[in-house]
Amino acid sequence: MARDRTILSAPETVLTARDAGLTGCTRCGRVWPEGTQTCGRCGARLHPVSTAGLQRVWAWWLAGLIFYIPANLYPMLRTATLGSSQQNTILGGVVELVAHHNYLVAGVVFVASIVIPIAKFFAIAYLALSVGHERRAGSHPHLRLYEVVEFIGRWSMIDVFVVAILSALVQLGAVASIHPGPAAASFALSVAFTMLSAQSFDPRLIWRGPAQAKDP
Amino acid sequence: MPVPPVPLDQLIACPCCDALHHATVLGETERAACVRCGTLLVTPRTRSFLHVIALAFTAMILMVGAVFFPFLTISAKGLSHASSVFEAAMAFSEGILAPLSLAVLLVIVAMPTLRFAALIYTLWPLANGRPAWRHAARAFRLAEELQPWSMAEIFIIGTAVALVKVAGLASVSLGPAFWAFCALIIVTALKNAFMSKWTIWRAIEQS
Ligand SMILES: [Zn+2]
Ligand SMILES: [Zn+2]
Repeated sequence: MARDRTILSAPETVLTARDAGLTGCTRCGRVWPEGTQTCGRCGARLHPVSTAGLQRVWAWWLAGLIFYIPANLYPMLRTATLGSSQQNTILGGVVELVAHHNYLVAGVVFVASIVIPIAKFFAIAYLALSVGHERRAGSHPHLRLYEVVEFIGRWSMIDVFVVAILSALVQLGAVASIHPGPAAASFALSVAFTMLSAQSFDPRLIWRGPAQAKDP
Repeated sequence: MPVPPVPLDQLIACPCCDALHHATVLGETERAACVRCGTLLVTPRTRSFLHVIALAFTAMILMVGAVFFPFLTISAKGLSHASSVFEAAMAFSEGILAPLSLAVLLVIVAMPTLRFAALIYTLWPLANGRPAWRHAARAFRLAEELQPWSMAEIFIIGTAVALVKVAGLASVSLGPAFWAFCALIIVTALKNAFMSKWTIWRAIEQS
């Protein structure tokens, strides 16, 4: 926005809290002397920028991956219409939407349930593996990637909500009824675990190298 | 490198990249972003507090409507069935999927509501220029932690997909709760745009 004016001091060389011998609170931004344990403003635990938190990132990542497998193998939905009954997996639901020429909705479900989760596994693994291996400090593309992962992960829940709404709504006795399948639960857990994995990643690690002149 | 010669409470460390900034008081319509990574750090104070409170109140009222009014009604071959948001969440309540139905209820109703309440609790005295109420820091921390787990907007997109899926099977009519939910999403997005974590934390500390 044009009227925005940065009034923060913007020196030629960006100094990080770590370089200045300070610890910044990741929750509220307050700065404390190095070695302070808890933030006096918001009560968050202060931790210096270190790779120790990566273990939690990997633990949640693995849990998410493990639950993602049954989520794709077991049915999401069981539909019963006038005597016939069918079961649909996540991919099966997309195929059916395409068969009914609902390409837009098929695309939304395909992206939310298949593309985003898989891309997210790769993105988190890539970010975690590349910590400490940046060729230069201050990697903007990595930060963008992290922001996208943080923002987009929750949207995978769409299919779980679709199953919930359909199962609640389509209860017309013998005419048509829809029931949730076991994949709904494992898919929801998989999404929750990958969200926790992304939250455990400390974005300050992306910038851990020596601070440099700010990018143009 | 030497510690900058300013009091520590006038410094902000960017939560995303750890860059240090020296903060000065902002004018009515000014905001400030991190010089290195662009994360929004500071937005104007009183104006944004009042906006956030008003929007959080609106959102809570809309949430009541969204939960208790009929959400969707389906009809086919003379049969019809109405469903509220509460029933949609309870769809998983049979068998081993029961915890999932609790989780759905949490992320679409309980967590957003709790978050609005915590924000109002934190900001109400601050916007009126009074000292923050007890446990304001804890309440605001809760509001911050709940943010990624409040999924009302995702629920509405899920509804749209579900509507397309049943289109061939039966006809569906939208109830007032559906529109309340849509309004809720717009209000929530506006509220998030007016919020600056750092400004609120600083106000809690200084009050
Ligand atoms: Zn803090
Ligand atoms: Zn930054």
